Amino acid sequence: MPGTEDAGLPEAPGAVPLSLCVNGKPWVLQIDPRTSLLDALREHLHLTGTKKGCDHGQCGACTVLVNGRRINSCLSLAVMHEGDEISTIEGLGSPEALHPMQQAFIDHDGFQCGYCTPGQILSALAVIEEIKAGIPSHVTADLNAPPPLSASEIRERMSGNLCRCAAYPNIIAAIQDVSGIPS
Amino acid sequence: MIGEGLSRTDGPLKVSGRARYSAERREMGEPLHGFILGAAIGKGRVVSIDTSRAEAMPGVQLVLTHLNAPPQAEVIPKSDILDVQPQLTTDVIAHYGAPVAFVVADTFEQARAAAALIDIGYEVVAGEFVLDENSAAPEWHDESRLGDLDAAMAAGAATIDAVYATPYHFSQPMELHACIADWRNGHLTLHIAAQMVAQLADAVADTILIDRSCITVDSSFVGGGFGAKIALHAEAILSALATRQLNRPVQLVLTRRQGFTIAGHRPASISRVRLAATREGQLTGIGHDANIQVSPEGNWKEGVATVARALYAAPNRLTRTRHSELDTGVCEPVRGPGEVPGLMVFESALDELAEKLGIDPLELRIRNDTAIDPEKHRPLSGRRLVECLREGAARFGWDQRPKTPASRRDGRWLIGYGVGSSIRGHYQTTAEARVRLDPDGQVIVQTDMTDIGTGTYTIAAQVAAAALGVPVGQVRVELARSNLPRGNGAGGSWGSGNTSVAIDRACQALREKLGRVAGTGYNDLFAEVRRHFPTGIEAVGSTRGMDDEPSYENFSIFTYGATFTEVGVDIMTGETRIRRMLGVFSAGRILNAKTARSQLLGGMIWGISAALHEAAHVDPRNGAWVNGDFAEYLVPTHADVPQIEAIALDDFDGAANHLGSKGIGELGSGGTAGSVANAVYNATGVRVRDFPITISKLLPGLPKI
Ligand code: FES
Ligand code: FES
Repeated sequence: MPGTEDAGLPEAPGAVPLSLCVNGKPWVLQIDPRTSLLDALREHLHLTGTKKGCDHGQCGACTVLVNGRRINSCLSLAVMHEGDEISTIEGLGSPEALHPMQQAFIDHDGFQCGYCTPGQILSALAVIEEIKAGIPSHVTADLNAPPPLSASEIRERMSGNLCRCAAYPNIIAAIQDVSGIPS
Repeated sequence: MIGEGLSRTDGPLKVSGRARYSAERREMGEPLHGFILGAAIGKGRVVSIDTSRAEAMPGVQLVLTHLNAPPQAEVIPKSDILDVQPQLTTDVIAHYGAPVAFVVADTFEQARAAAALIDIGYEVVAGEFVLDENSAAPEWHDESRLGDLDAAMAAGAATIDAVYATPYHFSQPMELHACIADWRNGHLTLHIAAQMVAQLADAVADTILIDRSCITVDSSFVGGGFGAKIALHAEAILSALATRQLNRPVQLVLTRRQGFTIAGHRPASISRVRLAATREGQLTGIGHDANIQVSPEGNWKEGVATVARALYAAPNRLTRTRHSELDTGVCEPVRGPGEVPGLMVFESALDELAEKLGIDPLELRIRNDTAIDPEKHRPLSGRRLVECLREGAARFGWDQRPKTPASRRDGRWLIGYGVGSSIRGHYQTTAEARVRLDPDGQVIVQTDMTDIGTGTYTIAAQVAAAALGVPVGQVRVELARSNLPRGNGAGGSWGSGNTSVAIDRACQALREKLGRVAGTGYNDLFAEVRRHFPTGIEAVGSTRGMDDEPSYENFSIFTYGATFTEVGVDIMTGETRIRRMLGVFSAGRILNAKTARSQLLGGMIWGISAALHEAAHVDPRNGAWVNGDFAEYLVPTHADVPQIEAIALDDFDGAANHLGSKGIGELGSGGTAGSVANAVYNATGVRVRDFPITISKLLPGLPKI
């Protein structure tokens, strides 16, 4: 499938070609090798739902799914993702057709300023999958049993996603709601 | 409708990533990208600059230093946070990280790389970077004295005379300080992360010497502020200067580390708290002497010593402040200014007094309640502190509190309970709002108030809908542009109150206009609009500042709260974990139960943070922040916060305004911090007076295992 060209920025000297698939759509970019995956999404593709909160892997605002796994997109150079499938918040749902996790964040007021929110939502979805896949965490008591889908497991695994508005209790309520954990 | 827990109307845009924050706007086309180079010394002068390597880098469009920056207003020493803030106009370096050069290039990567190639020669001057007993100038400021505190201390059946320290704090909202400046046909548009757009527009225009009519500021979506986006900073001025020079839009986003050096902080403080009481627990003396850092660059003073002035009764009172002028950078409001450090230490001291007296700390607070402002001698409107304390105690199960410190165990955990009172002044400022009824059935609300996570888009719609008797869905709210009716933005917990009153008054004015031609018996508002005003109708409403409102003269107006906390402290490691927490607040009429609860919870978590986590550490050699990023400056994470609860009492304070509402944004934090500190003491028997309460400070005093 032919990729869509990067419409935005002038081509920097030293730029290298890169093909990515973002939210199911193929892109062909000429990209400065110093560009992070985060800046590629925000500045080149104008997918600004993925946020920059620190640019150093310290806050989780830039969380995206790469081939189904969550990563901090600021900590990864775009050129490392040749051929990868990237999922961002824009691919999850639109204001007119929200994903259940997005709706739960609204219902439980799981945000205030909303800046950490796309990262929280993508992390939340990945966390549920990680627990289902049996990946243990720091708070998993029994490493020989499947980790429980519990509030404390979720809190631990969500701790890479900072929220300075401190919507934490409501975020956990939203995730519990979607994943069917009684609060 | 007012008060209903409506979900945020901007929610769908935010959870889907469609809300465009400042550096995400692109209606101006592709911007150039800027990067600031900060000073690598704490105090001194730039003696040489070589920008040639940077200028030769690919994509570089402009390098500004003090040698070539355009003329700007004169620097104002000790300026207000929204005074002019000229950039790169001097070789003098006043604090570590202050901008010394600015690079603009085609891309962010190019600008950042080029900035690293600028060679700066410095002359270092010895600076003052350490706050201690010797750093303060001898003069006392902001003194309030009633009776004779020394005599009360001499005569008290029980007294406390203790010294507490609080560290530097930073707001650090999740959205970095960001601006896109666009100079076009002699007009400057700033898309900027700001809390107060009109005031920022004034200050930018004055700084870069353009007419105020030539600037528009737009802050439609702001990723948190907490005080840090009130002041005018370098990102606004440098991007504005560059776009005017290059005739291209310029985007400038501070790095997180620059958020520590270019934006300001809450100063560190050292407090001496003195309390005297009768054997029955009646306070006879209250004293709070604070020593705070101040900056030669700015004039923001943290009101640490002033927060207890209306909290409890006592005939002998002395509160005052000394200033330590240090070269650690600019002080700015940080959520809960004054209250966070002030109440954290004062409520700790009160706990110490309760123990000396052998009185339950809850009871001690109740016994010292007052209906009259003890210093201004006028009624305290909506004074419901005791109800907050009693209601919270009953719901929390305060009667289960361990009576003796370090007496309860749950496995390896030492369990303790703590209580803290909160108080926060309520302010009103001037504000205007315009409401328009369109014949097609839409209500349009316009004001320059910002929604920094405060729920303003939602609350404004609720207030207008209630006043006009239309569904909320028919109301469109336009905020945060400096060409809309002027208010005072989001800050000081006044935004929602001011804005709601102005909107309600605009709606009442509309109803009157309509009533004059249509009477009052109509049942279809918009049918009457179409009949009598085929092109629509609008009206403006406003609030007056406190000086013009008699009730602010006749009453002292505050909000109140009480927080109850249960902690566990690991007897092996000294780690403190919050186990349960409840805050009960009285803050006038709540405008939206859902967003208000969230904001109160957020404030409480800031209290947890102040007690246990947050501290920016200064390098005593050069004034640099040694932990200036999100890896090292600890803020609460999901794992730090259990399921806590906040309750707002059903309330209405008619002295505040005709809607009965007061501010809530900063109320929850200060007393909560005190409650955490007191719970840690109750758990361990260790009183830490140097905040935050960290493992290293607790471990030496923990009971033997
Ligand atoms: S922006 Fe990537 S972790 Fe903060
Ligand atoms: S909602 Fe503001 S940072 Fe999370």
